[in-house]
Amino acid sequence: MSGQGMSGQDQLWEVFVRSRRGLSHTHAGSLHAPDAEMALRNARDLYTRRQEGVSIWVVPSSAVTASSPDEKDPFFEPSADKPYRHPTFYEVPEGVKNL
Amino acid sequence: MTAIQDTPGAAGAVGLQAAFDAALANDERIEPRDWMPDKYRATLIRQIAQHAHSEIIGMQPEANWITRAPSLRRKAILMAKVQDEAGHGLYLYSAAETLGVSRDELLDKLHTGRQKYSSIFNYPTLTWADVGAIGWLVDGAAITNQVPLCRCSYGPYARAMVRVCKEESFHQRQGFESLLALSRGTEAQHAMAQDAVDRWWWPSLMMFGPPDADSTHSAQSMAWNIKRHSNDELRRRFVDICVPQAEALGLTLPDPDLRWNEERGHYDFGAIDWDEFNEVLRGNGPCNEQRLANRRRAHDEGAWVREAAFAYASKHMEAKG
Repeated sequence: MSGQGMSGQDQLWEVFVRSRRGLSHTHAGSLHAPDAEMALRNARDLYTRRQEGVSIWVVPSSAVTASSPDEKDPFFEPSADKPYRHPTFYEVPEGVKNL
Repeated sequence: MTAIQDTPGAAGAVGLQAAFDAALANDERIEPRDWMPDKYRATLIRQIAQHAHSEIIGMQPEANWITRAPSLRRKAILMAKVQDEAGHGLYLYSAAETLGVSRDELLDKLHTGRQKYSSIFNYPTLTWADVGAIGWLVDGAAITNQVPLCRCSYGPYARAMVRVCKEESFHQRQGFESLLALSRGTEAQHAMAQDAVDRWWWPSLMMFGPPDADSTHSAQSMAWNIKRHSNDELRRRFVDICVPQAEALGLTLPDPDLRWNEERGHYDFGAIDWDEFNEVLRGNGPCNEQRLANRRRAHDEGAWVREAAFAYASKHMEAKG
């Protein structure tokens, strides 16, 4: 995926910020920039003015492939009928510990 | 992400409307790629764009005092605040873009007067005390309006408002502190603070929009969970908050009819001059022309920067192949 916008102008970037070491990057928002380097600088100015982050990722929005909201039910359906994947599915006799 | 408009067949449309209605009924959020009625989309674009425009136009009245701030401390605070306003504008433009409009299109509509910004920014900042009064009253009114928007039904708008509200509380406090310093200062400083409050009080009350009976968009926006409280309800809440704060400041509010109503449990206040509001809205406020002219000039004068940044990016892309 090219990092370049199609219109000859700024393109849209998605910004992910790691708020502190030990946590994963989470989506903070989006912004416009002509290239990745400017996107990083803009992201710093826009999303970390109050020490909200120790690390930033920027990703061209056009590079994100998203699941379709229309197909959300069939798409996620396979996990709906498998409660046995959760520990709460199982009965444990009273008094049994560390299980 | 850019919004991808789903185009359902005739059979799907009923189901999509039902899914949208159900989401609202359950107080769930609508996200960019969900199906939504055209009017819901258009209403959000209008409101979020107007909100974004207000943030960036709102930089002007305060920036007017940056070079003349009375101390380095006040200057640093004011610069941080004005920078925040730019940031708020950018959060909001991004939220609007998820609805399928481009930022260029929105800016163009602002520059040509086809989209509006809050009328409050068409009033001038005549003295340093105006900076304090804007922080206390204008940002205070904005917060009263914006806190319920954090629960707005459109996800990207609600999320932008959460960030904005977190940052706004510093804006309001710095204004209050600045006014308090003036109020407790010399006689002339106190008078300057009082004069600023006298001028900003009524325009701040107008920020909540026309009375409920005359508000054209309110009912639909409330049905869509975009708006959670009526204009008059928010205005009343704001007045109730401000009266004791004015007392703490040692300043008065310019309304002879302002008094506590024991029965209602709220303050009663005088009639708002809606003719003035409508005049400013029509473009005849003290600074309408100046604000738009400045905005257009800043945009035009920044064109070479945008072009240079793009040329640089293109050159590096080519070099990489």
